[in-house]
Amino acid sequence: MSLVFYLLAALTVAGGLAAMLLKNTVHCALALTVAFAGLALLYLDLDAQFAGFAQLLVYVGAVAILVVFAILLTKGSETPKDGVFSHTWLAGLAVAAAVFAVLAWSILQSVSRLPQAAKAPTVTVQQIGVALISRYVLPLEIVAVLLTVALIGAVIVAMHEKEGGAQ
Amino acid sequence: MIETADQIFVLLLHWLVSFLPASWQPVASAVLCAAVIVCLFPALFALTVWLERKGLGRMQNRLGPNRVGPFGLLQPIADGIKSLTKEDIVPFSADAAVHFLAPIVLVVTVFMGFAVLPMGRNMVLVDLDAGLLFYFAMGASTELAVFMAGWSSRNKYSLLGAMRAVAQMISYEVVLLLSSVVVVMITGSLSLTRIVEAQSHYSWGLPHWYIFTPWGLAGFVMYAIAATAETNRSPFDLPEGESELVAGYHTEYSGFKFALFFLGEYVAMFSISGLGTTLFLGGWSAPFSFLTWVPSWIWFFSKLMLSIFVFIWLRGTLPRLRQDQLMNFAWKFVLPMCLLNLLVTGLWRFLGDGWLRWVICSAILLLAYAGIALGEQRRKHIGPRSYRYAE
Amino acid sequence: MTPLAGYLLVAALLFSIGLAGALTRRNAILVLIGIELMLNAANLNLIAFWRYGPHPEALTGMMFAIFSIAVAAAEAAVGLGLVISIHRHAHTTDLNLMNRMKG
Repeated sequence: MSLVFYLLAALTVAGGLAAMLLKNTVHCALALTVAFAGLALLYLDLDAQFAGFAQLLVYVGAVAILVVFAILLTKGSETPKDGVFSHTWLAGLAVAAAVFAVLAWSILQSVSRLPQAAKAPTVTVQQIGVALISRYVLPLEIVAVLLTVALIGAVIVAMHEKEGGAQ
Repeated sequence: MIETADQIFVLLLHWLVSFLPASWQPVASAVLCAAVIVCLFPALFALTVWLERKGLGRMQNRLGPNRVGPFGLLQPIADGIKSLTKEDIVPFSADAAVHFLAPIVLVVTVFMGFAVLPMGRNMVLVDLDAGLLFYFAMGASTELAVFMAGWSSRNKYSLLGAMRAVAQMISYEVVLLLSSVVVVMITGSLSLTRIVEAQSHYSWGLPHWYIFTPWGLAGFVMYAIAATAETNRSPFDLPEGESELVAGYHTEYSGFKFALFFLGEYVAMFSISGLGTTLFLGGWSAPFSFLTWVPSWIWFFSKLMLSIFVFIWLRGTLPRLRQDQLMNFAWKFVLPMCLLNLLVTGLWRFLGDGWLRWVICSAILLLAYAGIALGEQRRKHIGPRSYRYAE
Repeated sequence: MTPLAGYLLVAALLFSIGLAGALTRRNAILVLIGIELMLNAANLNLIAFWRYGPHPEALTGMMFAIFSIAVAAAEAAVGLGLVISIHRHAHTTDLNLMNRMKG
């Protein structure tokens, strides 16, 4: 359990906590970006270079900006006067704590049965490319259609409606 | 002798690092290379600032700075002293933490891109298998720094400039990525060293640079357009146009932080020109086979400075594009041409060697360009240009 | 505690933080942020199991994570579009106030 892992894990968890606890919504979005970057570095620590760079490119470069634009378009940067947590916050916190307790218990119980540290796999981008075209071609095509549909759908949903109804 | 001149920096690095114990050598060599990059490109930035001011001056029929030192060569030093000694003003209502972090994030992500650029034979800081993907991941992270700068200043003009800049950068990011994908398709690798090596062969004395192929030329033109837009250079500099938005997203920055933004913009120009050189202009390979005795790093930096000169030339020549014209151009013209270029590149690979593929691919690209351009012109009723000179 | 257990615990922690945020915050966008955190935690789980699993050369875990990244990006785009559309109609993103079907 190297020092690098502890530092990156601390950074990611701190980013996640800040994203959920801060009052200013834009600060939450920026903390989320820190969490994404921490996760990308964790993927690099796990020898998944393609996934790490894809995470940086997609999440930090696109999803974070999307979230920030949405916050600005919905005037979310103004803090509401009666608190940022809903009145049922205790129940939500209890549920999340229970979920974490169950997950942590199951992980720690099965530590002895989990696989031990293996040799780092050498994955080249060419292998990924070949796998995408041969074994995973159906998910690839479905994801392509999904992304196109999501693009068109998001634009239609968020577009200003024409005055006087659709013509 | 030629070999030594070509590899002189690599040999120097090995010699310097050999003084340390063996377990420290990889780390020390990486740190030394990174230090050289961090020192070299700001020095080049100082030179470029002088070149830009003199060059723009001459293009606008005036002299440019010529007081400080011979031909104004010490002007960047004067600018640097001014930036470092100016008062650092932070607005009272600005978000102090984000305001402080924005220039730092920008400069860090911009410098990270240099880690994968091959600046000469065997002169890459990290030879990543997915080098191009790493570069684009770092480029995507710079947009967030621009937004942070604009939003944290709590200034309407800053926020407006930041929103425009981010919208522009996102649109042209797509174009940048698609125009680079054609190179990856033909080379078969995302590694920048493999891309340069694939271009460093010669037939009849001429190099195999990708710019000399129809799809490569189209890709290079679109890459150049996208690069100009990504670095917010004229004619795409609406986010920071002085006559429009005071100074856009860096209005509320003064002193050293403004110098960091300025540095970040120019270093981003170097970085993206370096990538364009690597992808389309053959990186460190010589233009003719009888010139291979010149060291490879001289070729890389010459091509880099040539690209910078073209950036300055564009700035002095073209008028600024309006925001909606800019976005229309990206999404309705350049992006379809990029997708067509992908198709043409596939066709190039499919048709096999010979003169036929040159004719077919060039024909498709030229017809599409002429068709779309003429179609747009006819809709806008644009006639030939007329001039009016001052009497 | 093996390295794999460490990564899984980090993923579980991130997941529960995201869940807590999605269940307790009032702003709709912050709920979406919580959902994104949960998706990312699941991705970390996938990559950790791929790395320490029996057949890393089959690339299954990495492929799953990459497709998950793509799908999560699409979902974030549509979700945020919906939030913007609702804001245009109700002039608020406060989930406590959106408790009626009339509108």
